[in-house]
Amino acid sequence: MNTILNERKDNTVYEAQSQSTESHNSIFETNDLNLWYGNTQALKNINLQIPEKKITAIIGPSGCGKSTFIKTLNRMVEMVPIVKTSGDIKYNGTNILNRDFQVEDLRTKVGMVFQKPNPFPKSVYDNIAYGPRIHGIKNKKVLDEIVEKSLRDAFIWDEVKDRLKENAYGLSGGQQQRVCIARCLAIEPEVILMDEPTSALDPISTSKVEELVQELKKKYSIIIVTHNMQQAARISDKTAFFLNGEVVEYNDTETLFSNPSDQRTEDYITGRFG
Amino acid sequence: MNYMDQAQVEKRMKRRVTTNKMMRKLFLGSTLFGLIVLAILIFRVLYQGIAWIDWNFLTGTLSTNFENAGIMGAILGTLWLMLVVIIVTLAIGIGAAIYLELYAKKGKLQELIQTNIANLAGVPSIVYGILGLTLFVRLMEMGSTVLAGGLTMSLLVLPIIIVASQEALRAVPGFLSEASYGMGATKWQTVQNIILPTAIPSILTGAILALSRAIGETAPLVVIGIPALLIPFPGGLTDRFTALPMQIYYWTLDASLTSEYANLAAATIIILLLLLFILNSTAIIIRNKYQQRF
Ligand SMILES: Nc1ncnc2c1ncn2[C@@H]1O[C@H](COP(=O)(O)OP(=O)(O)O)[C@@H](O)[C@H]1O
Ligand SMILES: [Mg+2]
Repeated sequence: MNTILNERKDNTVYEAQSQSTESHNSIFETNDLNLWYGNTQALKNINLQIPEKKITAIIGPSGCGKSTFIKTLNRMVEMVPIVKTSGDIKYNGTNILNRDFQVEDLRTKVGMVFQKPNPFPKSVYDNIAYGPRIHGIKNKKVLDEIVEKSLRDAFIWDEVKDRLKENAYGLSGGQQQRVCIARCLAIEPEVILMDEPTSALDPISTSKVEELVQELKKKYSIIIVTHNMQQAARISDKTAFFLNGEVVEYNDTETLFSNPSDQRTEDYITGRFG
Repeated sequence: MNYMDQAQVEKRMKRRVTTNKMMRKLFLGSTLFGLIVLAILIFRVLYQGIAWIDWNFLTGTLSTNFENAGIMGAILGTLWLMLVVIIVTLAIGIGAAIYLELYAKKGKLQELIQTNIANLAGVPSIVYGILGLTLFVRLMEMGSTVLAGGLTMSLLVLPIIIVASQEALRAVPGFLSEASYGMGATKWQTVQNIILPTAIPSILTGAILALSRAIGETAPLVVIGIPALLIPFPGGLTDRFTALPMQIYYWTLDASLTSEYANLAAATIIILLLLLFILNSTAIIIRNKYQQRF
């Protein structure tokens, strides 16, 4: 699948890590991924393998490249015209950084939930039906079913079932975020990328979303950026610690938090900086 | 040593306070000046014209006899003009704005086009009239028809509509289009389903305001040879026509011979103002009703 240009000479880092990934299949695999905004390098030699049907947390101080990294996974980062990348990202074995790769296809399989709840200024129903509709589903009955199922899966059906025709902006922030998650589920992705999905929410809504994320792991691979280390420790299976665009440490969440191998990781998780 | 001589400070204090009060009055005066002139204008027009407005005046044809003169032809002409302008400018204006704002690569060329559109919005209307005369009336042999007039007026307001539509599109928050792209939507799907519907109330508001500029313009119509004569009511795009501002213009000229024509002009002005008022109110209603909150 790989282009000759992208073939790497040494695979040492990547092999060393693949041994620590136990028997799980990885859904994403990045090889020497570098990314620049103009002349500023935001990601440096990222080699990560992200397991299927697990929750992978990305932690690190502000500006270390967390958002940039997960936006690279669905190529949303290309919305910034000055972005350049090198290396490759394999999604189920295919290099998605290949020019010919169809981004629309990728984004159908790799859904995204954003930091600030961003429903469309439409009814709750139309928000959820948006994805299926753009992918060509017109049948009202099918749409009804998708809407109900997605909202149920996002733990918000009971709260909005009588308000499906109302504008989504009438809901509370926490409800809006779960509607956004439901909207993402409606396209039946394999992976859900979440960029600090609870940072704009109150503690109660946050715990609801966390609970939901735990549940979603049964069916989806989840990559969640979080500012909140307790959150990473609570919900994730694996954690990557980013610093200045580099991955300092990537390990099972339990190991990373209880027994970090890098001094900088330890400093960060014990709150000595960041 | 004391720098602040209390006696001096006291003396200056008075002057400072007086200047302060005077400035306030000066600015109030500027505001009142505009309002008073406008009020006098409206009062004079109403005083001269209101008594002349009746059913016959509204529905009648033009007549050499001022007592029987009516403006139905001019009203219909203006409505036809509006129809052409709204269709042409919305289609071309929104299209151009979408291209410039959402598709065109940001760069030197795009900047150049942008600057020129802004400049075109400032070109005197009579210049558009000359362009319309050359292009539509003569070259394309349309004659002084509804279509030629409408196209000329469309050129005149296109820059305004393009700029207003671009601003409306730019005001659509990026997080909405991101959400759409994030679900695998193509650019066109995002434009069609998210960006345009969110921007359309502002676009319409801009379009209606531009339209009200178009129907008040006289100079381009004079240049392309729109008459104010006894002509049949316009019934289609290829018919000759006259419009409200033309009627006002000719009757005002005629008033030097027969003073009653001044009253007819005033009455027509009232109708035109009423039309403009309706248009502008519609724009405000649309803006308030569909204003989005995010
Ligand atoms: N659109 C952009 N243009 C230029 N630089 C950017 C842009 N977005 C992010 N950056 C830079 O990239 C670095 C990483 O940013 P980001 O990925 O948003 O960090 P995080 O999400 O970890 O806070 C920062 O130094 C930031 O200034
Ligand atoms: Mg971020």
